[in-house]
Amino acid sequence: MAGLELLSDQGYRLDGRKATELRKVQARMGVFAQADGSAYLEQGNTKALAVVYGPHEIRGARSRALHDRAIINCQYSMATFSTAERKRRPHGDRKSTEMSLHLKQTFEAAVLTQLYPRSQIDIYVKILQSDGGNYSVCVNAATLAVIDAGIPMRDYVCACTVGFVDETSLADLCYAEESGGVSSLALALLPRGGQIALVQMDARLHQDHLDTLIEAAMTACKGVSKVLDQVVRQHLQEGSTLRE
Amino acid sequence: MKETPLSACERDFILKAIEEKKRLDGRQTYDYRKIKISFGTDYGCCFVDLGQTRVMAQVSCELVAPKESRPNEGIMFFNIELSPLASPAFEQGRQSELSVKLNRQLERCLRNSKCIDTESLCVVSGEKVWQIRVDVHMLNNDGNLMDASSIAAIAALCHFRRPDVAVQGEEVTVYSPEERDPIPLSIYHMPISVSFSFFQQGTYLLVDPCEREERVMDGLLMIAMNKHREICSIQSSGGIMLLKEQVMRCSKIASVKVSEITELISKALMNDKTARKAGGRCGFAESMPQERITALKVDETPVETADVTEKASGIIKEAEAPPPTAPSPVVPVPGVGQVGLGLQNTWGVEEEEELEEFSSGDDVEEVTKMEEDERKNTKDDVVEILDSEEEEVVILHPEKPQKAENVKSSFHQKGAPSSKKKTKQKP
Repeated sequence: MAGLELLSDQGYRLDGRKATELRKVQARMGVFAQADGSAYLEQGNTKALAVVYGPHEIRGARSRALHDRAIINCQYSMATFSTAERKRRPHGDRKSTEMSLHLKQTFEAAVLTQLYPRSQIDIYVKILQSDGGNYSVCVNAATLAVIDAGIPMRDYVCACTVGFVDETSLADLCYAEESGGVSSLALALLPRGGQIALVQMDARLHQDHLDTLIEAAMTACKGVSKVLDQVVRQHLQEGSTLRE
Repeated sequence: MKETPLSACERDFILKAIEEKKRLDGRQTYDYRKIKISFGTDYGCCFVDLGQTRVMAQVSCELVAPKESRPNEGIMFFNIELSPLASPAFEQGRQSELSVKLNRQLERCLRNSKCIDTESLCVVSGEKVWQIRVDVHMLNNDGNLMDASSIAAIAALCHFRRPDVAVQGEEVTVYSPEERDPIPLSIYHMPISVSFSFFQQGTYLLVDPCEREERVMDGLLMIAMNKHREICSIQSSGGIMLLKEQVMRCSKIASVKVSEITELISKALMNDKTARKAGGRCGFAESMPQERITALKVDETPVETADVTEKASGIIKEAEAPPPTAPSPVVPVPGVGQVGLGLQNTWGVEEEEELEEFSSGDDVEEVTKMEEDERKNTKDDVVEILDSEEEEVVILHPEKPQKAENVKSSFHQKGAPSSKKKTKQKP
C-alpha cells in the first residue's frame, strides 16, 4: 500500500510497536453465569467473546456420535458492528464456516476427547471488534473458555498471526498490516511440546523465509501462553479468596 | 447417500502396508499418480486426470461493475462443484464441509497469491471491469481432489482467451472472436498445490493420497507453491499435531513436485497450441483414446518356479487324505450298471459260495454278482491293489455256505456288503 510504511527505518511499526512485540492482552474468565465456561479476550483492538457448553449429550443427529470420543462443535461469527463498515453476515457464510472448521480442528487436537465418549462439546466464538488476527484471538479466547468450563486439555492452545516484511517477521498483525498485502501466517501451538495444531498461510513467501517465519510465530505463541497462564492463575486466586 | 464405512480389517491392512512403506497401487511414498492434462475445443476448458481422479475446469468472463473498494481491478470468482457424479457420498445442492474447504483453499491459493494481473482486467475504471469466473467440476473422486482442482484451474486460466476490448473516449467496443483474436490473460506465476497425508499421529507421510488412503489418514497438509519456490498457501487440516521440521520437510518435497507439474502443464499447453495452429482436431473427444481391441496380446507373467516341486510334495505330505469317494460306475452284469455300494441284490439269482478275498476298489460291487459262472471269475475280476493299505475286504454273497473263512464275515451283517475304508481308488 503506497504511503503506509509497515516497518520504519528505526524498526517501529504503524502502531509504534517493535517487530517482535505483541499487542496488549486483557482477558477475563467466567463472564457468563449460565454457560459452562466463558471468556472475553482483547488483543489490542480485536475483541472476542467465547462460550463453551459441555460436555453434554449429542443434540440433533445421533448418528454423528463417536463411540470413543466426544465431538467438538464450533461456531464462529462476527458481529455486524465489528468492522469499520457495518456488514450483515449470514450464518452459513463460506468464510465463517471455514473459520469454524479450523477452530474445530484446533481443539480436536488439544482437548482430551477420549474422556467423554458419545458426547458433544460446543464452542461458540463471536468477534465483537475486528482489528486483525481474528483467528488467533478466537483461539486464545476459546482456550480460556474451555479451561473455565473445566474440560481437560493437553496444553494451552495459543495462536498468533505473524507477517513478513523487509526480511523481518512482524508478530501479531493488526488490520492495516494484514490488508497491506503482507504474507501472513497464522499458527496455533501447544507451547510445551512445540506441536503445531494448525498452520495457515496466505500470500507469497519465498521458501527460504518459511523457517524464520514459523520460528517467529512459535516464539510469539509462547509469549501469549505466558499471558494466558497468568490470567488463569489470577482468576483461580480471585475465586478462592472470595470463597474464604 | 451415506458413504459405505470402511471395514476395520481394510483399515488395518492399509495402515500396516504404510508402515512397511508400501502403497496399494505400488507407488513410492513421494510419488504422484499419472497426470494427464487435456483441453477442450473452447478456450479455457481443461480436463485433468490424476490417476483415476478426474476434474474439469472452465473459465468464462463477463463485464461487470467493479467492487467499490477496488475500482480499477478485475474480479476473480472461483467455484468448485461437488456433485454425486463424482462420488455417491457427495450430495447435490448441500454445501458440505468438504465443499467449503476445497472452495476456500482454491480461493486462497489462486486469489490471495495474485497469480493473475487483475489491473489488466480493467476496462473503464470504476464502471466496467472483467469478471473472470473459474468453475471446477469433479467428475470422479479417487482422492486428492484439491491438487487436481488446482492443476485444472491454473491450466484453464493459462489456456483462456478473453475478447479484445477497445475504448474510445466514452465508447467501449467489445470485439467478438471473429472480428479480432481474443487475448490471453496475463498470468504472473502458476501456483500448484501439493497434498501430504499423515498417518499414525504424524509418523508416516504420503504424497498424493488416493481415496482409500484419504479415508484412513489422520490429517492433511496442503502446500501451494510456484516454480520460483515461493509458497503461495499452507493449510493444515484434520486434528493432527505437526512439528516444525515436518512442515519444512514437506515444503522441500513440494518444491520438487511443483516444478515437475509446472513442466507438464507448460508442455500440454504447448501441444495444444501447435495442434490448433496446424488446424488439427483438438478437444476433449480427441483426447480420449479410442479403446478398440485391434490386437490381443497377453503379457507373459513371469512365475517363480524354482522350488515348485519341493513345495508341491511338501504340501501333499502335509495334506489330509481326501475323503473316500464313491467309485465310478461298474457293470457287474450286462445291462446292469452300478454306482457305489448298493443293497443286497434281491433279484433272486442263484448264488454260489462266497469267497473271501482280499480285494479293494470295485470289488465290493462284485459282492453282489450272483452268477454262478462268475463265481470263479470273481477272483479274476477282483482286482487287487498290491500296495493297498486297507483292511481286507470281505465279499459277501447272499447264500453263505458255512466256511471257516466266514468267521470274519459273520461279524458283518448278512448280505450287506461291508464298506471298508479306501484310501486309494483303483486307478
